[in-house]
Amino acid sequence: MRTSDGPWIESGELHCSGLIEIERKTWGEALDLSSGQDYYDLTKTVSSERGACPLLTVQPSRALMDEKFQIVIMNLLPNQKVTLHSLHQSEDKDFWEAYGHYVSDKHGTVTVAKDRCLGGTYDGTEQMGLIWSMRPIPGSRSGLRLRKTNVLTPMVIHISVYGGHLSQGFSQITPLATSVTERWYVTPGVQRVNVREKGVRATLFLPPGPGPYPGVLDLWGGGGGLVEYRSSLLASHGFASMALEYLAPEELRTAEVDVAYFEKAYQILQNHPKVQSNRMAMLGLSFGSAVTLSMAAYSKVIKPQCCVCISGSHVFPVNKSLFEVFEDMKKYMDRVVMNEENQVIHRGIILPIPSDPALKVDVGKIKCPLLLVNAGDDQNWASVESAEDMEMMMEKAGNRHLLTVLTYPDAGHLIEPPYTPHFRASNFILQDLKQKIVMLWGGQTKPHAYAQEDAWEKILGFLQQHLYFSSKAKL
Amino acid sequence: MGEDATTTNASNLTHQDDILRWIKLGVTSHSSSEAWDAYSFETLLECLKPIRGLVDEKFQIIVMNLPPNQKVTLHSLHQSEDKDFWEAFGHYISDEHGSVTGDKDESFGGTYEGIEPMGLMWSMRPIAGSRHGLRLHKRDIFTPVAVQISVYSGHLFHGFSQQTPPVTSVIERWYIAPGVKRVSIKEKEVRGTLFLPPGPGPYPGVLDLWGTGGGLVEYRSALLASHGFASMALEFLTPENLRLEDIDASYFEKAYHILKSHPAVQWDQLAVLGQSLGSVITLSMVAYARVIKPQCCVCISGSHLMPFDKSLSEFFEKIEKHADKLYVNEDNQVICRDLILSLPCQILKVDVGGIKCPLLLVNGDDDQMVPSVESAEDMEMMMEKAGNRHLLEILTYPDAGHLIEPPYSPHFCATNFDQQWTKERIVMLWGGQTKPHAYAQEDAWKKILAFLRQHLSAM
Repeated sequence: MRTSDGPWIESGELHCSGLIEIERKTWGEALDLSSGQDYYDLTKTVSSERGACPLLTVQPSRALMDEKFQIVIMNLLPNQKVTLHSLHQSEDKDFWEAYGHYVSDKHGTVTVAKDRCLGGTYDGTEQMGLIWSMRPIPGSRSGLRLRKTNVLTPMVIHISVYGGHLSQGFSQITPLATSVTERWYVTPGVQRVNVREKGVRATLFLPPGPGPYPGVLDLWGGGGGLVEYRSSLLASHGFASMALEYLAPEELRTAEVDVAYFEKAYQILQNHPKVQSNRMAMLGLSFGSAVTLSMAAYSKVIKPQCCVCISGSHVFPVNKSLFEVFEDMKKYMDRVVMNEENQVIHRGIILPIPSDPALKVDVGKIKCPLLLVNAGDDQNWASVESAEDMEMMMEKAGNRHLLTVLTYPDAGHLIEPPYTPHFRASNFILQDLKQKIVMLWGGQTKPHAYAQEDAWEKILGFLQQHLYFSSKAKL
Repeated sequence: MGEDATTTNASNLTHQDDILRWIKLGVTSHSSSEAWDAYSFETLLECLKPIRGLVDEKFQIIVMNLPPNQKVTLHSLHQSEDKDFWEAFGHYISDEHGSVTGDKDESFGGTYEGIEPMGLMWSMRPIAGSRHGLRLHKRDIFTPVAVQISVYSGHLFHGFSQQTPPVTSVIERWYIAPGVKRVSIKEKEVRGTLFLPPGPGPYPGVLDLWGTGGGLVEYRSALLASHGFASMALEFLTPENLRLEDIDASYFEKAYHILKSHPAVQWDQLAVLGQSLGSVITLSMVAYARVIKPQCCVCISGSHLMPFDKSLSEFFEKIEKHADKLYVNEDNQVICRDLILSLPCQILKVDVGGIKCPLLLVNGDDDQMVPSVESAEDMEMMMEKAGNRHLLEILTYPDAGHLIEPPYSPHFCATNFDQQWTKERIVMLWGGQTKPHAYAQEDAWKKILAFLRQHLSAM
């Protein structure tokens, strides 16, 4: 069967190797199968004509979430237009996709790490664009966020090559080739341990081997719940990391969560037989940063070797129960505004940064190295302004040398492990009011992706420096 | 510590706890020499790549931040599905930068020697005190082979369980790539498993036949599908409700037809891959080419001296008649090859002159079960006479044994075996020396894949 469009490649001209896909289409144009023609009938007639077999490889096919992959397409025609497409079905059953338009070189090859993407959900030379630029497919529910709940199974992504430069209709067209890749949140041998002790609710992840390992207490933000995927990744990099649940309306009342709760959690981690008690860190994001800074400054029990605070602030110290802290915050709710798209902008709640020391963590008291990771377009917390104020306070107190500040222009509030898709805004439930809103996080996709990748590398380096290579613990 | 009893392990390895307990036996405090204080866990972990790969993928192992010129032992440990422990180890000396690099540095001793980046896999053997005659055979191909890699100080030969290694990592090797689909085949009386590569297809098809060990062995087909072939592992010894009398040529023809007419299989790009008894059947079916007419064939450790033309029960009866030629050596291991050589072959040989497609023979010259090398020589002569010699390609591996499996699986010189024809459990001698056998598996697999790709893509 010959169609009228485009040239055919005579058999034998292109050598087929590896993943073999029969080329059923004319070059340059995707074949329209929407006419209802039986797919298998088509192959039985077309296959007697020989085309080339595009070879799509994704290496490694099983990798950690923070690992890069290499995507190469071979055996295309020279200067052939193709679309690379990624597809993922989340645990919530929503479909996420990304795509990029490429043109093969004179050898008929596309190498994603080297070639420019000409358009799609990302552009430019972006090795991991097919993951970080993913977004819900058209017709999906709004305000979605992609978060892995079961960290022991991988994120499965279908990568496909289509003929031509497509922007939609991927599900109606048969790709030239497909490969499936798995992205894991744990490295083999990492152990997951449920922790329910003294009222503390947490999950501990231990690296493989007998240990002991440095410990990291891992705190998320006001979204609440028990979020495990960052801890499992940290364990995959050699840290005994405990993800702590401290906002869980069904199980924990905010009146019961106070400094003692966090101290108990820290001690549970510190006393674990596989944890090195004198090599500890605290890592917090968003409200978790406020907790981290407060503990580091005031607690007689929590004395880590170092701390990391992502997208956080020192305003609203956590030196009482969370209930009381939230009551304090309510007084400033008039500074929280909504934009024309009905998205909540929370950042104003701490602006201007108060000069009254009672309203801020006394960061001058912090005695360990502190890394702040902030986003220039953080719409949720005024983290950049807070960092400036913290720097001044520490300069006055004489511990400025402990502080490192990383600020990423055009990144948004949710600086997550690398290659997680960016959400400028997503659905959110306000804790106390039980109200469903859309929270604006901020950031633009490409700079945000860059921030996540670079920040993670720097965070791991910072933790390794202070927990592995430094001399014995001292405060 | 008041932990919840629920402890779940990554990588679906349910024996991980056992392994950790084993490693910690008898240890109250771990080694704490100054040399290890600066050691970063991160260095070993990052330097085992890929940490999750296919079984036929090599890994790179680099150990860093050691003191220079330090004696270390690299050790691998695996617990099989049967709960036995397997291990391998190599003795290294770090260079002046304090590094050991698996694919550049020599192992000075252990279960392997020389520059052998995959030695920690293929030189594994059951630990001291294990049951005899063990063989490592993966049954659940949806879980990986998990191997613990550790670095010990000094050059150790034993007592690994009594010491705590400063650094341990776990790697996974999978028989199946992400996205490969498993389809159970239960059509008429044919029993098998079809593995399909990801994507829309259609794919070239491979009918995958194992040997007298019996059962449904899936791992090679899963691996072939991971390389782009729709591969069907066929059960012919003996699936439920069938007796040896029922397994005849038509059984295999039906199986071939099922594969060929599957919508995801490219009907005119088919191959048959046989091993041992599977090779024997392959040669017979293809030489007489009534229904089974593949584009190419691969026969591993096979022979044309025992034609399969009626049923399997009749086939085994013929062998039984010559059972006195089975030789048992001083170690009580059974050697089959002489029996086969003694068969009255002149009239009975498969007429390989009738084969019309490219044929690849893969043999180990220390094969103690089947005289595959002698058979190959004879086949070559027959095909020369018949004028189809150009179709034949022979790979003969010196000092390799009968069981030429996908790469990096350990070598077994002799293992427990349930003889099909007497239902007796014996110890079968397969032959081969460990290092040359490992080389044979690695090289043969590469060549088999290349052969299949060559003949199943161009017309």
